[in-house]
Amino acid sequence: MGMAADEDTQFHVLAVDDSLIDRKFIERLLKTSSFQVTTVDSGSKALEFLGWQEDDRNNPNETSVSPINNQEVEVNLVITDYCMPGMTGYDLLKKMKESSSLRNIPVVIMSSENVPSRINRCLEEGAEEFWLKPVKKSDVNKLRHHMIRSKCNEFEKPEKQDEKQESATEEASENNHLQTTAQSNNKWKAMDEGLSVDRSKPQLSGLTVMSN
Amino acid sequence: MELNRLQRSFLEYTAALFREGFLDSQFSQLYQLQDESNPEFVVEVVSLFFDDSERLINDLSRALDQTNVDFKKIDAHVHQLKGSSSSIGAQRVKNSCVSFRNFCEAQNIEGCLSCLQQVQQEYLLIKNKLEALFQLEKQIVAAGGAINTVEWML
Repeated sequence: MGMAADEDTQFHVLAVDDSLIDRKFIERLLKTSSFQVTTVDSGSKALEFLGWQEDDRNNPNETSVSPINNQEVEVNLVITDYCMPGMTGYDLLKKMKESSSLRNIPVVIMSSENVPSRINRCLEEGAEEFWLKPVKKSDVNKLRHHMIRSKCNEFEKPEKQDEKQESATEEASENNHLQTTAQSNNKWKAMDEGLSVDRSKPQLSGLTVMSN
Repeated sequence: MELNRLQRSFLEYTAALFREGFLDSQFSQLYQLQDESNPEFVVEVVSLFFDDSERLINDLSRALDQTNVDFKKIDAHVHQLKGSSSSIGAQRVKNSCVSFRNFCEAQNIEGCLSCLQQVQQEYLLIKNKLEALFQLEKQIVAAGGAINTVEWML
């Protein structure tokens, strides 16, 4: 599908929400920010769209994924509602982080409820941001640099994998990966903190995604 | 001139709705998302809200009418209604949902019934007002004008 030229011009966001009104709203919000948008109404449909595979856990060998189920459409970011029947946004986040093919896709979680423990849990699991609904244009404006940063990470990854041993634990690889990106992305992080609106991370001064 | 009069009415009407707390800034956000490529966006989303609300209010009546009231289910419905009213800026409906959820948590049937009545009233009020607003909008467009939402920047 999209080759290098396309990827630079348009980012593709997958929005997940069981509410039709909210799907319509977020789709419009994202489209007016020039993102390409796909909406689905459940976590399981999201995984299906992303080409998720049951046995694709922490498996660095991506050639084991069959071509039919491979992700055909590139998704640059997933934004999901937290409260959904069946699979919650948190469950979806977790499944994506456990999948070697999906873990690098940034995930943003939205919720109409301001529950600090919920917010902490999501951020610790690796969500980039946690937004309170209704989502604002100013929130959506922050998405672009998460997607750009994620693309930068993609380019750095192959080098790191050569250096470390195959037996490295998941955590160790996380650490190395984060340390590398920390150096090159400090300014993104600083920008992040500068731009972050208090209400999206109410209890978290001092606790960031980078800490382990 | 007729168009000026209509546009003034539109502004006064919406100003009153904001002032009286029927609508909050989220409603003006909806208009920000409307443009030539999506000229009916606000009407579409609000229509979805009407359909959704009527369905949920019916479900809530039924649920509260049961011998064994399922408070979890009721809470789920109210949560949904709170979400959709919040998404379109229907502030009073949203606020009445907040009280409703408190009574659910306390498993207080009387309280819930009273809240349901309030939610229904608020819903009918905002429905009437928004329908009147859209009518006014239609008249403005028919008279060759466009609505001005810049003054809504609260």
